[in-house]
Amino acid sequence: MRPFAFETAGNLTQAIRLGADTGQGQTDANTQFLAGGTTLVDLMRLDVLRPHRVVNLGALRRSMDEIQVGADGLALGALCRMSAVADHPDVVKLYPMVAQSLQAAASAQIRNMATVGGNLLQRTRCPYFRDTRWSSCNKRIPGSGCAAIAGFNRNHAVLGVDQTCIAQYPGDFATALIALDAQLELHGPQGVRRIPLAQLHRPADGKPHIETTLNSGELVTQIFVPAGEWNRCSVYVKVRDRASYEFAIASAAVALAMQGDRVREARLALGGMAYRPWRAAEAEAVLIGKALNEDTAQAAADEALKGAQTHGYNDYKPELARRTLVRALLEAKALSSQGAPS
Amino acid sequence: VTRITRREAITGGVAFAGLGTQSLFGKEPVSRQEWQDDKTTTQVKLVVNGKNTELALDSRVSVLDVLRDHLHLTGTKKGCDQGQCGACTIHIDGELVLSCLTLAAAAQGKHIDTIEGLAGGDGALHPMQQAFIEQDAFQCGYCTPGQIMSAIACVKEGHANTDPDIQEYMSGNLCRCAAYPKIVAAIKQARERMSRT
Repeated sequence: MRPFAFETAGNLTQAIRLGADTGQGQTDANTQFLAGGTTLVDLMRLDVLRPHRVVNLGALRRSMDEIQVGADGLALGALCRMSAVADHPDVVKLYPMVAQSLQAAASAQIRNMATVGGNLLQRTRCPYFRDTRWSSCNKRIPGSGCAAIAGFNRNHAVLGVDQTCIAQYPGDFATALIALDAQLELHGPQGVRRIPLAQLHRPADGKPHIETTLNSGELVTQIFVPAGEWNRCSVYVKVRDRASYEFAIASAAVALAMQGDRVREARLALGGMAYRPWRAAEAEAVLIGKALNEDTAQAAADEALKGAQTHGYNDYKPELARRTLVRALLEAKALSSQGAPS
Repeated sequence: VTRITRREAITGGVAFAGLGTQSLFGKEPVSRQEWQDDKTTTQVKLVVNGKNTELALDSRVSVLDVLRDHLHLTGTKKGCDQGQCGACTIHIDGELVLSCLTLAAAAQGKHIDTIEGLAGGDGALHPMQQAFIEQDAFQCGYCTPGQIMSAIACVKEGHANTDPDIQEYMSGNLCRCAAYPKIVAAIKQARERMSRT
């Protein structure tokens, strides 16, 4: 690990000032914010991230770790630990998919350390990004190429990829959140603003080294999930190479509002599959007003994976994603027919 | 006859010299960092197994390296140093965490508990340690300190009710010898004894 100056921010204003040059996800950004550290310390030790300054947000934890469940929705302080949200009884009951996505995301130790805000910003697990011995990685070294396209790309993205990067966004939590139209509150040098989570992660767009739309010095301070009857009737299905503590090779987030046998509202997202958190909006449109059964679920899944681009070792992924989404849809329907859990 | 341990041989007989950098402090844990001029060195105060410790540390040093290299508490193991194996699991302020991914400077003022702090003053083993021995829940033993720290949190946090709950909670601790079924048995044994104490 390279030497760096360690600074602790006493409050939000100090954090924003000290973090003035955090950039937008570039690996050579001068400054990095430290929350739980489970991504940052790992990538600094691997020499992928090389900050000269690390701004510790630990002192802000107590002022930014509230979980509020209200009539208008669910508000999470960005420094809530993943475990605190995953184990919160109201989140488990009213937003099951959110709790499940956090529970399935990491080991008990990492869930205790990692914050929900930091989790949204976790980096790809692409081995060509994480291993600096590879000279071609457009995320690490802009313009150097992508070693994964012709490499071992078994768990690389098939949606939202381009010729510069096929890295997969590895998060589960953001997959659940993007399905539920989550909003983010950001504090930065220009003040406060709110954006949809869907606008946080940039498309690859030939510049995969610029990962987010955050301004330099900007912090995620709160995550908000708006109320909606579909929140209760939601499931997160994660498929992985081992039963626990592993990244997804496919996952599906499904939230439904049913009217009798028919779908009134559907909120769908795919994980382990795309360059950034991926809402399957076209697949939602397929289901609206229809009875939900294996045939209509399959039609929605086919729509969700239209345009998938595979690169050899990951040819299996679109079919796995379709089957995962069908399973999640039928599980959510079963949950709905049992009546909303109370 | 002086007995030379394996570790003393490895470290050239200078083990424990680092303890000279420890000093006791009577004040409450500090809430602000006290900086050296260049800010790459930090004065870090920690409470390790109930003992106050103060060290001047490079900002890169992890809690794991503090424990092993500075305090010579080598029970906590370095497996992957990447947060993937769980061998370095400890408790910080009572929470189960990975010491390899925790910068010491970020643990300023915190209470750190390791495998060395589990046994009672009379040397009596913690019920979980005893259960691991009685259930034969290890072979090589390298992952065991981390397993035991996780196992204790598993019971205390109420995740030890069923085998699947235990397996899920313990999945962050890898065991290359695959002692998993016996680890589950040990947790179930200790669960009963821990609830009685």
